[in-house]
Amino acid sequence: MLPAVPLAALFLAAFVLPLIALVAISLFRTSQFEELSLAQYVRFFSDPFSIKVLTDTIWLGAEVALVTLIIAYPIALVYVASGQLMRTLITFLIMLPLLTSTVVRTFAWIVLLGRDGIINTAMLSLGLWQAPARLLYTWEGMVLALIQIQLPLMALPVINSLLRLDGNLTRAAEGLGASRARIFVTVILPLTLPGAIAGWLLVFAAAATAFITQTLVGGGRIILMASHIYQQAVGVQDWPFSAALSLIFTLAVTGIVFATGALSRRYVRGVDAA
Amino acid sequence: MQRSLIDRVYSGIIGAITGFGLLLLLAPTLVVLIISFTGGVTLKFPPPSWSLRWYVDLLQSQEIVEPALTSLKVATAATILSAVLGGAAALGLARSRLKIARVLDALFMSPMVLPAMAFGLSLLLVFNLLGIRLSAATLVLGHTIICVPFVIRMVGASVQQLDPVLITCSLSLGAGRWYTFRRVTLPLIRRGIVASCFVAFLTSFDNVPVSLFLADARTEVLPIKLWAILEGSLDVRVAAVSGVIVLLTLAGLVCAEIFGGFSRQIGSR
Repeated sequence: MLPAVPLAALFLAAFVLPLIALVAISLFRTSQFEELSLAQYVRFFSDPFSIKVLTDTIWLGAEVALVTLIIAYPIALVYVASGQLMRTLITFLIMLPLLTSTVVRTFAWIVLLGRDGIINTAMLSLGLWQAPARLLYTWEGMVLALIQIQLPLMALPVINSLLRLDGNLTRAAEGLGASRARIFVTVILPLTLPGAIAGWLLVFAAAATAFITQTLVGGGRIILMASHIYQQAVGVQDWPFSAALSLIFTLAVTGIVFATGALSRRYVRGVDAA
Repeated sequence: MQRSLIDRVYSGIIGAITGFGLLLLLAPTLVVLIISFTGGVTLKFPPPSWSLRWYVDLLQSQEIVEPALTSLKVATAATILSAVLGGAAALGLARSRLKIARVLDALFMSPMVLPAMAFGLSLLLVFNLLGIRLSAATLVLGHTIICVPFVIRMVGASVQQLDPVLITCSLSLGAGRWYTFRRVTLPLIRRGIVASCFVAFLTSFDNVPVSLFLADARTEVLPIKLWAILEGSLDVRVAAVSGVIVLLTLAGLVCAEIFGGFSRQIGSR
């Protein structure tokens, strides 16, 4: 236990204490820290704009996580069915974006989605589009970029849970005459769902809080929680409101993560019992 | 007959999505590398001509080179601090059966679930209240906290795999505790330490939300500088910076693989 003491002390001073301060400051009415009240929370929940920012952010995380899940499963299925060389190649491709800096990955999407970017150039030269489309600074562009940026967080847990799946089960289903699609739906999917949920939660939390990608690819007109907090703190210097925003955001994200995690564990027990 | 048709459609869909997914993973990095060698002045793809002009330009841009050096220093300091403190904690917690060990483990992992933005703001508020001025040191402190979870998990996993009998043997053969730690424990958990240092370094080097709040005007870090540049204009020099970062990360990955078996660490996580 003794070796853990220095880190515990550091965490008390630089992690626990700040969180307590964050809660305390959110309970003040003004930036001069006079008068305790719940005014900041009343302000948030009576402001349609702030509420829309929060629901948009949650929706963004959920949407990105769902699409990455749909892309990750086929990759994982191919990975498991492949030989060593193909597996190494897929691992490398998955690790590549994970290890490149977020700003670099986001920058890549600015290049791809821009007016003279690849997508516009390709579509124009194929004659599919008459004029360059606006892709950068749109919701769809931002979702696409986040899907690519967060895909590794989904692919790794899904691959891991597929690797742990007992191959006899799929072989038994095959021997009994089930089609491959039916094996996937009735055997593979239910048994690997915990890995999928783990990946979904990782991507959800990462996409909802991805400040850089949200501001650079989404642009200034799409306001999400991270940039809302940043604006209120650094722009307006409204410390109590930005503290309240941070807490509401943190509770919303961690609440969803823990609730889904608990549901998933109950589901696993149900599967084991059956 | 009908079944084989369904199977073929199913395989086709799986293959198509996999192909799309793998292309999606590779394309952006490749595009950035290609465009960094453009001879033009815009981010037009494919580049109209080829040159190294943006790399040359980059070397002469003090306003980018300086933040890059700052980022390297901050990331190095945060990596060392989190590796030493986090590594020690992981060793201490792994051998303990006490309930408090579970609590501490959860505490050390919690920066991972907390949005980094909220953490950066909360630490800034404390520094303001205590009258501590922002500096490179406050930045390193913030980065250390967000790097710790990776060290706890990866070193912790190595310690779990360590056979405690080896330690007992060494001690009963007359080796001191420090000697045992240096000659038995440390070599056996080396892989976990190297891999976690690699991830911690990247995490710090890449971090924006914490740095936004905790860096003072003189301590400008690279990702924030790049973010500020890209918010204003689409500067091609960023492509050259990206090219350098991608190549250095690949080199780092090769080193981590050689010294630490990095991919196995990721796989076992």
